[in-house]
Amino acid sequence: MADRLQHEQAQREAQRQAAHGVGIEIRGLYKLFGPNPSLHIDKARAGMSKTELNEKHGHVIGLRDINITMPAGCVQVVMGLSGSGKSTLIRHINRLIEPTAGQLLVGGTDVLAMNEADLRAFRRHRTAMVFQKFALLPHRNVLENTVYGLEIQGLPRARQVEAAMRWIERVGLKGFEDRYPNQLSGGMQQRVGLARALTNDAPILLMDEAFSALDPLIRIDMQSVLLDLQKEIKKTIVFITHDLDEALRLGDRIAILRDGEVIQQGTGQDIVLRPADDYITKFVKEVNRGRVIKVETIMEAAAGASPSRVTVLAGTLLEEAARRLTESGEQTLHVLDESGKVCGRVDMQRMVAAMVTPAGGH
Amino acid sequence: MDWLEKFPNIDDDVLRELKKAIDEGFRAFTRAYGDAIESFFDPLQYFLIQSERFMTNTPWPIIMLLIGAIAWFASRNWKIVASALVTLALIGLFDMWDDTMKTISMIFVCTVMSIVVGIPIGVAMSRSDRLQRAINPILDVMQTMPSFVYLIPVVMLLGIGKVPGLIAVVIYAIPPIIRLTNLGIRLVDRDVLEAADAFGSSPWQRLKNVQLPLALPTIMAGINQTIMMALAMVVIASMIGVQGLGQPVLKAIANQYFTLGMFNGLAIVGIAIIFDRVSQAYGLRLQKHRQVIHG
Repeated sequence: MADRLQHEQAQREAQRQAAHGVGIEIRGLYKLFGPNPSLHIDKARAGMSKTELNEKHGHVIGLRDINITMPAGCVQVVMGLSGSGKSTLIRHINRLIEPTAGQLLVGGTDVLAMNEADLRAFRRHRTAMVFQKFALLPHRNVLENTVYGLEIQGLPRARQVEAAMRWIERVGLKGFEDRYPNQLSGGMQQRVGLARALTNDAPILLMDEAFSALDPLIRIDMQSVLLDLQKEIKKTIVFITHDLDEALRLGDRIAILRDGEVIQQGTGQDIVLRPADDYITKFVKEVNRGRVIKVETIMEAAAGASPSRVTVLAGTLLEEAARRLTESGEQTLHVLDESGKVCGRVDMQRMVAAMVTPAGGH
Repeated sequence: MDWLEKFPNIDDDVLRELKKAIDEGFRAFTRAYGDAIESFFDPLQYFLIQSERFMTNTPWPIIMLLIGAIAWFASRNWKIVASALVTLALIGLFDMWDDTMKTISMIFVCTVMSIVVGIPIGVAMSRSDRLQRAINPILDVMQTMPSFVYLIPVVMLLGIGKVPGLIAVVIYAIPPIIRLTNLGIRLVDRDVLEAADAFGSSPWQRLKNVQLPLALPTIMAGINQTIMMALAMVVIASMIGVQGLGQPVLKAIANQYFTLGMFNGLAIVGIAIIFDRVSQAYGLRLQKHRQVIHG
């Protein structure tokens, strides 16, 4: 009885949050690996280096002073190379890993204060996760895998199947319900992983290198699936990747992690145009800037002018704007704001200059 | 230099007193609690008798059909079903049907007991390294201690009959199922377990939905080993009154009846092969979905 009451309460809470979205707030998060982390946390706080702490005290810093605010309904990408602590970080959000110090608020609730039962309810109703290696249950077919989250919540079977079938169809696996994971290709297995997470209908979606194990073409395909879905589901998505192109394509906001520390956060454009240090500059050099930078970023002010023959809306990417301009044969185009008024002007030379990687980095 | 020639042992009198004290202590324990322990095992006795009555009173064609059906549902393989039926027919022809049914009944009860007791112990062991360290040496003792040795206290406590036979067989046959349950659960893919946790599984849901199903092929290998070891104990158990194929073998040893021993020995081998093939085929079928079909 108490169990059902708790269940209903959790469900109402989940519905309320599904309507308003749930933000994630990480403050001053530290993670030390070793036999006695709490003993050495002050040294890490005082700024002792990773190597010194490891050599003198036998503890490894996994994460150091992480502060990220992830707004509700946005895709937050956390990017970093292997060993940067990105997978450790995402596992803190649903407390698969316990932090050594710091604060973690999800939708205003302190996740670290939860007891075991609260945490279980939190994981069931407010988060869902997609894994790099898919982590499907090999003895269950696609449908049985997809219902897993609802099954352990104890929902009636008919509702489990109804929700699962909707998402199986939505990720393009209709007709494969009876197949077993080993009968599917990697891309299809990850679609099952995605359907399983979406069936949970939680406001937060955690994706740990979800597409990294897939072939490049299938990866791009899955990115499109995710972007399409996000337009309608508007969840708070935390996406981990080691691929900057993927980060720029998916992320409303990007945080770059190196050796357990955040070295830059911002929009994709911020990072490409103003890399915080040489490390990021090196990354950014290979990026197709035309697909990241938006026209309003490089336009000259021309408010109130009457629109020329070629116009684009603010928010258009340079590549698209350049294509339109080239097709028209004109030399300049005007940028329109949301109300349709001209707010700026960009010419061909300016556009090309912005799309070419500046020599020498900065 | 006397101590170099002969290992300096404890004084004979002391040793004799020690053995006497332990024996008498145990005998006193038997007198005080023997009846209570015997009545504790009454349900087991009932189970054994019912199972044996079913196997011996049911007409043989029905038993043949039953065993054939079980073999079919476990293996889905006509060859295994056919060889099981042929083996049973040969056993019947050579007039060993009744003894074989008694033995099968005994093995069935022993296997059920081993599963009921062994799997929970194996699960508990997989959850705690300390428990694993404590139980492993006990299992080593159970497997290597000559069975005659633990027959002595069992007979002293419970006398001669089916229940002490069952206990002796279970002690000998249960270690593989405990070990392999423990091993199977410990080998379950960490990524899948993490996924189960991330979706908010309770410990019981984790065990029921992930750990046991994924460990099942390994557990089945343990059950298969347990059945084989239980069959190996049939002859020894017959020394303390367990009926079945063991008793004619015992009689053959005592009187040097070569052919009698051979026939009954072959019958044991025959049912061992049936049990083995059927349970292995079942274990293999459980793994069907694991085989990589798509790269």
